[in-house]
Amino acid sequence: MRKIWWKILAASFVCISIVAGFIGPVPELPILNETIRNVYFHVPMWFAMITLYTISMVYSVKYLSSGKVEFDTIAVEAVNTGIVFCFLGLLTGMQWANITWGDPWPNDPKLNGSAIATLMYLAYLVLRNALEEEQKRAKISAVYNIFAFPIMVVLLYILPKLTDSLHPGSGGNSTFGDLDMDNYMRPVFYTAVAGWILTGVWICTLRYRIRLIENKRTQLS
Amino acid sequence: MSLLQQIKSLIVKDLTLEWRSKYAINGVLLYVVSTVFVCYQAFKSVDTVIWNALFWIILLFASINAISRSFVQESPARQLYYYSIASPKSIILSKIIYNILLMVFLSAIAYLVYSLIFKNPVGDPLLYLLAVLLGSISFATVFTMVSGISSKTGNNSTIMAILSFPVIIPLLIVLIKLSHQALEGADRASSYGEIGVLLAINMITITISLLLFPYLWRD
Repeated sequence: MRKIWWKILAASFVCISIVAGFIGPVPELPILNETIRNVYFHVPMWFAMITLYTISMVYSVKYLSSGKVEFDTIAVEAVNTGIVFCFLGLLTGMQWANITWGDPWPNDPKLNGSAIATLMYLAYLVLRNALEEEQKRAKISAVYNIFAFPIMVVLLYILPKLTDSLHPGSGGNSTFGDLDMDNYMRPVFYTAVAGWILTGVWICTLRYRIRLIENKRTQLS
Repeated sequence: MSLLQQIKSLIVKDLTLEWRSKYAINGVLLYVVSTVFVCYQAFKSVDTVIWNALFWIILLFASINAISRSFVQESPARQLYYYSIASPKSIILSKIIYNILLMVFLSAIAYLVYSLIFKNPVGDPLLYLLAVLLGSISFATVFTMVSGISSKTGNNSTIMAILSFPVIIPLLIVLIKLSHQALEGADRASSYGEIGVLLAINMITITISLLLFPYLWRD
């Protein structure tokens, strides 16, 4: 993971998507107008968040099967980073909703779902704080993490599809990609998604390595 | 002993313990009846949407109270004894089945008392009863595992609430929608989607509980 090429790729992808996102042409659509550029920033946050939560779940499984403390550290740092991306996604979404739907928090299943998913992962962090003993903490929080993950997926990706939602791709609405994105927007969007996912993973590995150093120092003293 | 025999004798053990003390069942029943009565005093009369929401909220809190004790009511030494003679799979399955029985009984009583005190506006009682049945099964499966997790943390009730509410909300959304359709007496074919989702979530929860519980109990 210490190779440098994908970090350069992440930084350049994010820069490209920001420059091309603000300068590039966008289709003129009613209601959306120029706010359609937010799709380059709002949507990648959620992709990065779900990637990090998936990483966390995978490393929790690995921890349970092997018992290595490093895996537990990766799992918790992935959740920490994922929560940051979740808040960024909520913030960009609220700005966007304020302009297009006229209300920063309309009663929408996807909004409520993501708020509840955030609660779930905050509960995971509280659970970790409630346990003193390290081994026990790692094991029990890993169990909760794996238990909560499929329910989070149901909440964010299956329930909104069943009900009426303002979001595209839910409740019979067509997806954003089919309807509104033209051929110029699509490559920029995919670049942004890849860039932000890589950035998220990068932040997560940095935090993980800082934690490793901290652990080593506390052990020596 | 085979898995089925183990499960059977563990359930019988739980039922006998409960039958001897009658502490949990009486306590929770009194809890349900007094909550319903408090709500009646506060609301007097309600429209159908609130009727439905209030019922599920009462049931939610009653079930958290009933199930949160499922792993702490017996002493750690006795737990250790069970773990040494039975497999973890049969322990969690027997707890889930016992809690399902408890919850079905509890929610049936709650439904009766609730519709006796508040007027019952249900349009399709059979579908509503199905929703209540599915709801009590879902509460039992989710809360059993969460109470297993929270019993390991010591300070039980806060952690139990924090951990279980976010996990139960998606189920509760579907349940409220399904029971609302039953309340309005809508066409039954329109509710098949919700019933399917509920069954699927329950299957997933039971499977994950079975996979994870062996890691949880081994201290």
